[in-house]
Amino acid sequence: MTETNVNGYRRYNGFLHQVYHVAWSDMMFLKHNFWNTLVMTIMSPLLYLIAFGYGLRTGTTDIGVSYVAFVIPGIMSLSSLSSSFASTSTRLNVQRLYYKSFDEMVMCPLSMSAIVLGKSMLGLVRGMLGCFLMYALGLFLAPDLQLTPLAVICVILSCMVFSMLGVLAALLAKSHQSMATFNSLIILPMTFLCGTFFSVSSLDPIFQAVLYCLPLTHASGCIRAACLPQVLEFPWWSLVVLVVFGIIVFLICRHLLKTRKI
Amino acid sequence: MSEIIEIKDLVKRYGDKVAVNGISFTVHEGELFGFLGPNGAGKTTTVRCVSTLTNITSGTVLVDGVDVVKDQIGAKRCMGVIQQQVSLDKDLTIRENMISHAMYHGMGKQERNARIKELTDYFGLEEYLDKPVDSLSGGWKKRAAIVCAMLHQPKVLFLDEPTSGLDINARRLLWDVVKKLNQSGTTIVLTTHYIEEAQALCDRVGIIDHGKIIALDDPKALIERTGKIAVENMVDGKTEYHYFPSMKDAQDFVADNGLDDATVRKTNLEDVFVELTGKSVGDQK
Repeated sequence: MTETNVNGYRRYNGFLHQVYHVAWSDMMFLKHNFWNTLVMTIMSPLLYLIAFGYGLRTGTTDIGVSYVAFVIPGIMSLSSLSSSFASTSTRLNVQRLYYKSFDEMVMCPLSMSAIVLGKSMLGLVRGMLGCFLMYALGLFLAPDLQLTPLAVICVILSCMVFSMLGVLAALLAKSHQSMATFNSLIILPMTFLCGTFFSVSSLDPIFQAVLYCLPLTHASGCIRAACLPQVLEFPWWSLVVLVVFGIIVFLICRHLLKTRKI
Repeated sequence: MSEIIEIKDLVKRYGDKVAVNGISFTVHEGELFGFLGPNGAGKTTTVRCVSTLTNITSGTVLVDGVDVVKDQIGAKRCMGVIQQQVSLDKDLTIRENMISHAMYHGMGKQERNARIKELTDYFGLEEYLDKPVDSLSGGWKKRAAIVCAMLHQPKVLFLDEPTSGLDINARRLLWDVVKKLNQSGTTIVLTTHYIEEAQALCDRVGIIDHGKIIALDDPKALIERTGKIAVENMVDGKTEYHYFPSMKDAQDFVADNGLDDATVRKTNLEDVFVELTGKSVGDQK
């Protein structure tokens, strides 16, 4: 940790301090909009649960648990994608293209890695909020679900990865319209296809191969197995893929900032 | 007087387009230095290069002896930048914007609270601190942006078109703020396309066109070099300009040529610019 003295005051320039300093304004934004954010975070997962969990009433799955118990971890992973990605990408997009306040941050003595991680914190917090609200609901509806330490780790990892994907999308976006295109072409298909509402193993091998190229398939596999350890074996390789995907996204974001290709 | 900014052969290209074409100049410590030129001349690109917001293509830029390419973080510590467009976060209050700026510079709670109080008292912003950004007028937003940029006590402050879009009263008030800051010891580099702004504020002015500095001196010397007195007269619907070292020379010229309708006035920096480039500062590329 680096601390320098200026006029008798200490300056906190350590890496973790920098991450906190970058995230602070986003946390204030969350504080100002807390109830609005809470409603937005829980509304779509709740609708998915009602429509897919109860509307379709598919009974017991082939792994021996109720469909509600099967789908809730899927909705948690979906929530980690949609909430984390949307909150980070929307705010950063507005700060970068409209307020220009992101430029101010880039002109301050902060490491590019701290900026990427700090800007991901809003998505991490909001994604975790959505996931744990859904899990709390699942405790009443599906007693088979378990909150294992591995499930907590998978949720945090998933939220962090998709939040950084939001940072990347916002750094690449040339306009609000290009963000919407990214949403329609990448995020929306992932939402429905990546094993959130059905098991990927029930599909043709070719479709499986395509879906396993997408990070949400690995996230939903990890979160579901971690929440239902009594019937599913944990896919460690999916966890590794998710970590590697996160590292790649982080490195691309850092490269874009360092080379000012934004 | 020591040099606080040293720029040598600075080049910035965007693909085939050359935005800054090998400029070299220095800024003295404590100086109020101005960049004057039309839109698209390369003023903002130069500031963006020096303030590390844009990577430079070639050349060297030293701010307080620190190379902005080799040690970006070190260079950023000694400068503050105010962009042309007010770049405050409109989802936060003025105070929250100031706190986040102070935090980006690693300032602890005690130091940032003391500095926010000191600067908001100085700029008369106390009553606006807890208001949303959009409740302030353009001039007050600029002041708030200046406070944000000054919180960490930078040695150099860059102001990119600081009065662009402000009405004449707000512009005059901001000039006072800039003068006060400079008098308190801060080196200021500003870009402008307002002639009267460069003339009223700057110790030295660099006139920039097509990415090159075409003249650099104090405004008085630049004007004297062109001729202190200007004579304007219309010939076939087109205004012709003539410059003279003294009023007597100008009056003799008017009398000798029978130019009864000619206007005789003091030369300004716009005349200098027109003489050097053949076009007006207001002309856009």
